[in-house]
Amino acid sequence: MSDTQRRLLLIAMPWLAMATLLILWELACIVFQVPEILAPKPTRIFEVMVLRWDILLKFCMETFVTTAIGFVLAIGFGLLLGLAVGASPFIYSGLYPLLIAFNAVPKVALVPILMIWLGVGALPAVITAFVISFFPIVVNVATGLATIEPEMRDVMRSLGASQWEILTKVGVPRAMPYLFASLKVAVTLAFIGSVISETVGGNRGIGFLMLSAGARNDSATTFAGLFSIAIMGVLMYAACALVERRMTRWAFRGEIVT
Amino acid sequence: MPDPLSPSDAAPLVELRQVSLAYGSGTGRMLALEDATLSIAKGEFIAVVGPSGCGKSTLMKLVTGLLPPTSGEIRVHGAPVKGPIRGVGMAFQAPTLMPWRTTRDNILLPLEVVEPHKRRFRANKAEYVAKVEALLASVGLGGFGDKYPWQLSGGMQQRSSLCRALVHEPEILMLDEPFGALDAFTREELWGVMQKLWLERRFTAVLVTHDLREAVYLADTVYVMSRRPGRIVKLRRIELPRPRTLETTFEIEFVDIVHELRERIHLEHA
Repeated sequence: MSDTQRRLLLIAMPWLAMATLLILWELACIVFQVPEILAPKPTRIFEVMVLRWDILLKFCMETFVTTAIGFVLAIGFGLLLGLAVGASPFIYSGLYPLLIAFNAVPKVALVPILMIWLGVGALPAVITAFVISFFPIVVNVATGLATIEPEMRDVMRSLGASQWEILTKVGVPRAMPYLFASLKVAVTLAFIGSVISETVGGNRGIGFLMLSAGARNDSATTFAGLFSIAIMGVLMYAACALVERRMTRWAFRGEIVT
Repeated sequence: MPDPLSPSDAAPLVELRQVSLAYGSGTGRMLALEDATLSIAKGEFIAVVGPSGCGKSTLMKLVTGLLPPTSGEIRVHGAPVKGPIRGVGMAFQAPTLMPWRTTRDNILLPLEVVEPHKRRFRANKAEYVAKVEALLASVGLGGFGDKYPWQLSGGMQQRSSLCRALVHEPEILMLDEPFGALDAFTREELWGVMQKLWLERRFTAVLVTHDLREAVYLADTVYVMSRRPGRIVKLRRIELPRPRTLETTFEIEFVDIVHELRERIHLEHA
């Protein structure tokens, strides 16, 4: 195999794997005569996606907006809290156990409470997306700060740098790759959060669409919703991964970034 | 102006009087440095050698005020040291360059932090960049300013680290085994670079090393430390003429001094 072939195959592999999976699914449906209400054939799902793209897109956009708002809040809040936790041992020892306890609570349990407080609508989904995704950001940013090399700190201190200068000139840039690495995880979580909220009780978004299609025994539409969620999830992850590569070129030691 | 080659005549810049330092407390207490007394004249180049773990690096942190002594007194310019002192440059065994900054921006760092440069930095950036370029050229790194540290070899990173330690023209330069992680050829080449910089600028330098040839090549005065708890057990003035070259290191006087120091350290291991 030549180098070019090798490279092309590497690029093609994910698509080949996905195609294989879908073909197996399709064949299984035909061979075992699976009724559509249990599991529609992928071709049928894609047919529905094409036929009802306008509705799917509308509901997807609703979910995307709630996810994006929750995610942006999580970045802002997570970054600030992560810097505070990473910079001060007192804040660390005070808040860390609380954070862990908070993270251990299944967020789906919060949705009914949020509904009581805020009613049905976009807000519970935004808040669920936010609370579920800020934790990995806090932990990663704090880790980035806490692992500053002691020598680096000595260099700065011997130059007479203030704590603030050490934080801004060493801490923040050093925490950036950790922040961006956490964003990939956090964006997926934020997305899960808003879909959960929409599914548990809501009147908008792709989760709600799937719920109501399921209630009507419209499996094809439910699965079309599922596929849309998967596609959106991959796109958001990819967007974060791209931003990560662009922003922290040094952490990848400049490899294959153009 | 005092002749830097005969430091004993000059008023001391740094003075340590019976300085001890213990880490931890209670049963975990460990005496790292005991009863150290030494004085460093302005413009003097001293080296501290000794077995590993003898508190050499501790001594360095004490002089710069990064660590407060457990007992005893440290004075710089006659004033007691109470916190990190200003006007110090430091270079370590690891280059500790910031990977997100180019080599040039790494070397500019002290100028962004240390007064009076800090105040003038934005307005006079071009002047400072030119200064950094000149410094890079003087250590043989001309034209490498745009490279990131991770694009440079170990020796080049260490040269950059020396540039960063010197760019703000510190009065005192602290060197903690700066050449320790390099291969022998690069190390010996950098001795020459270091000596050249010192001869040009005449800063006061404290070199911590376990390489006796390195100590004798670079220093005016070599202090030998004992095993933990570290005490100063020998002071040796090196009066070999400068500039010293690699040839010097093969001359009989040089070898004799290295031998003498080696024997004293050997006692510590006996």
